[in-house]
Amino acid sequence: MPRIPFIGRKIEDTKMVEYPSDAIIPERDLGKVPVLECRHLGIDFGGLHAVSEFNLTIGQTEIAGLIGPNGAGKTTVFNLLTKVYQPTYGTILLAGKDTAGMTTDQVNKAGIARTFQNIRLFDTLTVEENVMIGLHNEIGCGMWSSIFRLPTHFSAERRFHERAMELLDFFDLEAFASAPAGSLPYGAQRRLEIVRALATNPKLLLLDEPAAGMNPAETAELTANIRKIRDEFNIAILLIEHDMSLVMEICEGIAVLNYGTIIAKGTPEEIQNNPDVIEAYLGKSQGKDEGPASPEADDHGPEAAPAAAAPKEA
Amino acid sequence: MAGRSRGLSRTTVSNLVTYALVVIAFVVVQAMVSNRMLTYSLQGQLVPICAYIVMAVSLNLVVGLSGELSLGHAGFMSVGAFTGIVVAASLADAIPNPVLRLIVAMLFGGGFAAIAGFLIGIPVMRLHGDYLAIVTLAFGEIIKNLLNNLYVGIDDAGVHFSFSSAEALGMAQGGKVVINGPQGAVGITKLSTFVIGFVLVLLAVFVVLNLKGSRSGRAIMAVRDNRIAAESVGINTTKYRLMAFVLSAALAGMAGVLYGMNYSSIVPKKFDFNTSILILVFVVLGGMGSIRGSIISATVLTILPEALRAVNDYRMLLYAIVLILVMLVTNNPTLKQLWRRIKGSFRRTPKEPAVASEGGDVDA
Amino acid sequence: MGFVSNLVNGISLGAVYAIIALGYTMVYGIAKMLNFAHGDIIMVGGYLCFCSISYLGLNPFVSVLVSIVGCTVLGIVIERLAYKPLREAPSLDVLITAIGVSYLLQNTALLIWGSNPKSFPNLFKSLGNIRLFDGQLVISSTAIVTIATNIVIMLALTWFTSKTRMGKAMRACSEDKGAAQLMGINVNSTISLTFAIGSGLAAVAGVLLCSAYPTLMPTTGSMPGIKAFVAAVLGGIGSIPGAMVGGILLGVAEIFAKAYIGTQFSDAIVFALLIVVLLIKPTGILGKPISEKV
Repeated sequence: MPRIPFIGRKIEDTKMVEYPSDAIIPERDLGKVPVLECRHLGIDFGGLHAVSEFNLTIGQTEIAGLIGPNGAGKTTVFNLLTKVYQPTYGTILLAGKDTAGMTTDQVNKAGIARTFQNIRLFDTLTVEENVMIGLHNEIGCGMWSSIFRLPTHFSAERRFHERAMELLDFFDLEAFASAPAGSLPYGAQRRLEIVRALATNPKLLLLDEPAAGMNPAETAELTANIRKIRDEFNIAILLIEHDMSLVMEICEGIAVLNYGTIIAKGTPEEIQNNPDVIEAYLGKSQGKDEGPASPEADDHGPEAAPAAAAPKEA
Repeated sequence: MAGRSRGLSRTTVSNLVTYALVVIAFVVVQAMVSNRMLTYSLQGQLVPICAYIVMAVSLNLVVGLSGELSLGHAGFMSVGAFTGIVVAASLADAIPNPVLRLIVAMLFGGGFAAIAGFLIGIPVMRLHGDYLAIVTLAFGEIIKNLLNNLYVGIDDAGVHFSFSSAEALGMAQGGKVVINGPQGAVGITKLSTFVIGFVLVLLAVFVVLNLKGSRSGRAIMAVRDNRIAAESVGINTTKYRLMAFVLSAALAGMAGVLYGMNYSSIVPKKFDFNTSILILVFVVLGGMGSIRGSIISATVLTILPEALRAVNDYRMLLYAIVLILVMLVTNNPTLKQLWRRIKGSFRRTPKEPAVASEGGDVDA
Repeated sequence: MGFVSNLVNGISLGAVYAIIALGYTMVYGIAKMLNFAHGDIIMVGGYLCFCSISYLGLNPFVSVLVSIVGCTVLGIVIERLAYKPLREAPSLDVLITAIGVSYLLQNTALLIWGSNPKSFPNLFKSLGNIRLFDGQLVISSTAIVTIATNIVIMLALTWFTSKTRMGKAMRACSEDKGAAQLMGINVNSTISLTFAIGSGLAAVAGVLLCSAYPTLMPTTGSMPGIKAFVAAVLGGIGSIPGAMVGGILLGVAEIFAKAYIGTQFSDAIVFALLIVVLLIKPTGILGKPISEKV
């Protein structure tokens, strides 16, 4: 994983987008417009800098990780990227395009899809309908042609059904297609959220703690699935995760967040050996050799002093 | 279109049952009317029942599908009713055919109610939950208050409006006051019939059921189930909430025309907060989001006070008690569990495979 | 002087709205329900006071007490029988039940007292009106009593919710019922207490309202009930000072609209005020902003 050699190097089809000096981009994505670039991104909640000076660049097919102690502001970053919160400072460029002034739904149309830490499905609707709603902007059909059942309605519905079943098939959910989403087992609900997000045909998929509450077998399956998504859909993925073995296994670049700022960026190996990261997770005095790569270093591990004092995630 | 999933075909079957229910009810009632089996007062209730069914179905679009509590639905009904009455009165010579005139009046009534719904919807959709509910209540009261002071007259020169008095209309000789402030619309030519009421019910059911099983309808329900998730998959939540609200207002306006043109005179007070609440009761008792439930409960609850005429003094009291008891019984945990067990034992019986192929032609 | 007299009348009417709105806002804060039957408790309060004076010949102050006690008991009974079994039910079902209770109260009153309006005696006649500026400005005794009562209630409630054990329990329940229960607070009895206080206040409001507008009918409580509800939302539902601010503002707006714009459009103006305020501040004047955690 090469670092970009010098500041402001212009790459041919970047359309004026420059890789910052500290960006880590997989080799295969070099020379292409980064899918996401955050510059000086930040938000204040009543005087509190929940996130500040957040700079991150993600390549077009990169799997990137965002880690950090509880309350570091990770989910807030996702909320900024998807405009659930409007940033107080900074710029978000999505495939070179500024997302300033966009609303959440417009950001999705522009290419960011996400899942939620606490699952948010359309519980009373069926699994298939959940995916169809994800396909909303992919397949068009006006209200009037639906009400009067014009031919466009039927052809649209057929495409909705076919595409939804295709996606469900991809994640082994087709058996649940007509079950209410709220009735699914936990693991299937998490998978369905990913399918629904993918249905919107994103350029960048944000996964908020996808492995939370999963057993090792399920986590292994998830790891394979995340790789499969990247390879099949050819998109970038940014994930928040506390399961360090998962993060270290699949992420190509990792950013560590503490107190709302990035304290380290690098490859998994670099992050594992970074003294600042170890300190953030374990506190100053009790640094362990293993660093955050050890399984105890997740949120249920020793409540490190900086983590406990970290500002609450709003 | 073989190979449709079972879930879709189940919706289709359910929709067909709803249509069948409406048609059968209509045929039976028509037969009873022609055999003089209905009491005079019950026969007089037929058109209002149709209007209330349309109101309940349209409110269900907002409350059941869109998940917003609207407490001012009668306001749209009154906008429709008074628009329709004025239109019908001014077209009395131009369109002699009463059915055609009523249809034109309904289109205008529905259109004006939709415009009112759109204008009200823009500010209302900025709010959520109980705050939205109270603002719809406020708009309903404002509409009532404005109509209470509205004077409309028709003479050879055309239609005259005033918000102060009938005299201020400044009409020529031979002019007719159509809407007279608090006295409401007077001298209405009764155009509504049970057949037209039935057609309007079918139309309302058709619109709402077709919307429900479509791209737009799914977007509306997605916003109801989880607004933030709906936004995250690219749904413009304001657009779809507003769509449900305006469409519902349009249907309510048409119901208003049907209702208003069933009487020779009607006062704005008829469409007050209590009427809005009455419709809401139909929707909640019928089951949120269930169109069939709305139809049944609107019918039963309109007939109920009539049926209780024998105990005239106590009928509203009994109505209130029935309302409270239904809510207490349906929310009783023991009874709920029992109901689930009964339902579960039915579910276990294997489904007929023939059902799946039947639903192929009509997309739900 | 017309302006000052309108202002006093507005504040006086607003004070009544505020007292009713307090009941709405406290119940909403704690039980998260819109208690549509609240307006009808006002009517019952009015009738109880009227009957005590006219039929039992009781002293006005005893009659007011009878009315308060009666409504408090009524509030507790309604809560126990109709609302308590619905704690876990969908909020719309609770709303419909409240509407049922409202119909029940109105129609029971209709059966007992008939539909003919009763003329309510002026309880505060003996206090005499205040005449200022050579009789150019007359402030009625009812207005004075209403405003004074309102101030007393406001102070008492503030003291109650901030200083007493039960008041603190009430605030805890409105913040988080589950956590309050874990802290050993009896949530059920706290909710009952809230209904009791709200209904007692409604009785007071009923007496004051009927003294100012002396026609008493089974539907007397409906419109003031709706307006007080609007006042509660205007001030920020769930907030006690909000109910006060909202009530007074609404009362003043209503009287001013009647005096300067025209009686016939006063309702439209009052409701338009609510809409404008909510568009500027979606949770009311003193309401806490609601933010959903994502």
